[in-house]
Amino acid sequence: MEITLKKRKNTLLVNVFGELDHHNADYIRDKIDERLKTNAVKHVILDFSKLDFMDSSGVGMILGRYKKIKAKHGKLVVANLTPQVRRVFEISGLFNIIKEFKSIKEAFDYIEEV
Amino acid sequence: MVNNTMKLTFPSKSQNEAFARIVVAAFASQLDPSIEELADVKTAVSEAVTNAIIHGYENTKGDIVIEAKLKDNNILEVIVKDFGKGIEDIEKAKEPLFTTKPELERSGMGFTIMENFMDSLSIDSYPGKGTTIRMVKAFKSLKDQE
Repeated sequence: MEITLKKRKNTLLVNVFGELDHHNADYIRDKIDERLKTNAVKHVILDFSKLDFMDSSGVGMILGRYKKIKAKHGKLVVANLTPQVRRVFEISGLFNIIKEFKSIKEAFDYIEEV
Repeated sequence: MVNNTMKLTFPSKSQNEAFARIVVAAFASQLDPSIEELADVKTAVSEAVTNAIIHGYENTKGDIVIEAKLKDNNILEVIVKDFGKGIEDIEKAKEPLFTTKPELERSGMGFTIMENFMDSLSIDSYPGKGTTIRMVKAFKSLKDQE
């Protein structure tokens, strides 16, 4: 499991590689929260193109970040979900509050037009 | 005709979540189900084992036992057992979004995922004695081939 973080304007682009479960959810959470502390980051795009597996521990981690970003009046969106991850999103109801995009470009366009 | 069983005992360490779901998926792959069906099994096993670690043992040491069975060419049965503190109110625990540990950012979706990703789920739990989760999945992709 690996994570990369890149900032463009006030949006943080997060790439998670491998599997997101209870064992590594705290690590991912801490890496993202470190960057959310500053006012430089308002929005987050989670690029899950390289995420092969996620369970409800990932759902909890995403919901936690969603609440933090919402409190800053920012947006959290996801892009490039793999089939297993999309199924977990569907069943846990995450799509009711989190928008999905087919590419990073579409996600950036959406954030910038708001 | 594939008929097979397996049994695995491992300590309640979070590293073993990935290990457990991969082992059960590898065992189930003897039946040659679809990739989606195997992903469902992996997800459900991951939820059951994570529950045992976080709730059953509350991150203390204990053993988790997984038993799995393949039968009738397309059926997988998985049992995940812990000997931890047990579930006080099973119906409540099964409710979507209900969690006893919101401070740990638990989503409360574990049982909902197990129920949706497998065909049947049963929970036996006794306070102070532990919890046994039994899940069954019939691989439909295999039936269609016949």
